[in-house]
Amino acid sequence: MNLILHVWRQASPTARGRFETYTANDVNEEMSFLEMLDVVNEQLIANNQEPIAFEHDCREGICGSCGVVVNGEPHGPHRGGATCQLHLRHFKSGDEIWIEPFRAKAFPVLKDLIVDRGALDRIIQAGGYVSVRTGSAPDANAVLVPKQYAEQAMNAAECIGCGACVAACPNAAAMLFTAAKVSHLALLPQGQPERTQRVEGMVARVNAEAFGHCTNHGACEAACPKGISVDFIARLNRELLKAAVLPPQEP
Amino acid sequence: MTKACWIWRTTIGKKAAMAVTGVMLLGFLVGHLLGNLKVFLGPEAFNHYAVGLRHLGDPFLPERAALLVMRLGLIAAAVLHVVAVFQLRAVSAAARPVAYTKGHKLNFTPASSAMFWGGLTLAASILAHLAHLTWGTLHQDFRHEVVLNGITYPYADAYHNLVSGFQVPWVAALYLLAQIPLAMHLYHGLWSACQTLGLNHPKYNHWRRPAAAVVAIGIAGGYCLIPLAVLTGLVTLN
Repeated sequence: MNLILHVWRQASPTARGRFETYTANDVNEEMSFLEMLDVVNEQLIANNQEPIAFEHDCREGICGSCGVVVNGEPHGPHRGGATCQLHLRHFKSGDEIWIEPFRAKAFPVLKDLIVDRGALDRIIQAGGYVSVRTGSAPDANAVLVPKQYAEQAMNAAECIGCGACVAACPNAAAMLFTAAKVSHLALLPQGQPERTQRVEGMVARVNAEAFGHCTNHGACEAACPKGISVDFIARLNRELLKAAVLPPQEP
Repeated sequence: MTKACWIWRTTIGKKAAMAVTGVMLLGFLVGHLLGNLKVFLGPEAFNHYAVGLRHLGDPFLPERAALLVMRLGLIAAAVLHVVAVFQLRAVSAAARPVAYTKGHKLNFTPASSAMFWGGLTLAASILAHLAHLTWGTLHQDFRHEVVLNGITYPYADAYHNLVSGFQVPWVAALYLLAQIPLAMHLYHGLWSACQTLGLNHPKYNHWRRPAAAVVAIGIAGGYCLIPLAVLTGLVTLN
């Protein structure tokens, strides 16, 4: 199959970007989207041109680094998978494909399709951790976790921090990401000691990082490669409002 | 207090303020609808309700005091709702300085897309509605006095003003048209308020959208009954 690609090219964070048109000829539908970009890059290198810069690592939907926007949809037209899990069978020969970086003020473009998602790391630093004692390993199952809490916490913990929720959101909000991280730890006994400071710290960081607000369209949920539910956003809101309304706990 | 200021500065806090004020305004819509459906019981019953509103809390409160408190509360809620939305939109406009070339609106509904412009349309419609039936400035035959049980009150003749107002077909048509953005705003707003205030539970989550739809259609549909009854001659001046 043959594809026509319109790819965002931007030499540096400060340079002006623009779309360049390339053709991917004789690619086959079994190839992944990133393999197709590899083929295009090989041609560019052979022609002494600068290859398209895109981020990737595991190529199996775990690391969350490969996100690009394909025809307006973060990670492309398939559901429940990252860009690396997108295959060309989702396209027809002759299709025109627009490939753009995730667009948000909090995600500045570094080069071409690569953005700096450090803002998400700084949200984690503001509270997305638990304090544990060091020393010898604790007994397994010494801390009991009710099954339904464990399952919900695991559903939230599936978040790979790829930023597709921010990219899909009409307001470039990081609500689904923050909600997943806050919920994951708030549901587990290990997360209780820092529960209040965590949600306050992470939400304060979200606001400091120039993300937008939630309008409950649910675009984030549709774009999420891990299918994380917007129900966690309601949980985040409840955690924050509880922290604001209830008095600090007395020992 | 510092905590309240801090919360207001977060987008979640502003959203919570919008949810609470939205629910207050929804409470008014319910009360206003129930009161105005008394138009079907005739001029006596309807004006009794209108005069009763001014005498609410009698004899403990002075005339119109309860009404004044409710009106001030509603104005405060409406102002906070609008201030919050403009501040939030400014934050979000700055959050995506470069737009996508190929846009894709994942999971959007017509109601969720129309929240802002539909909301502004509603605000304009409400001002026109106030000028029409509360202040009388946009009314062709507004009566500022009402006779009830032989006593003349210096209040508007609500029944006469409502019925004669809606006997003008294009006025009734505009009013009916305004119920469309109202229903859409209530549908997405109510569901959205549940999310914002953290009202969710796996057992009830799938009922939130249908419940919001029932409330939205119920309220907008209820308001539609009044001009329709006037236009069809079911409710007449005398």
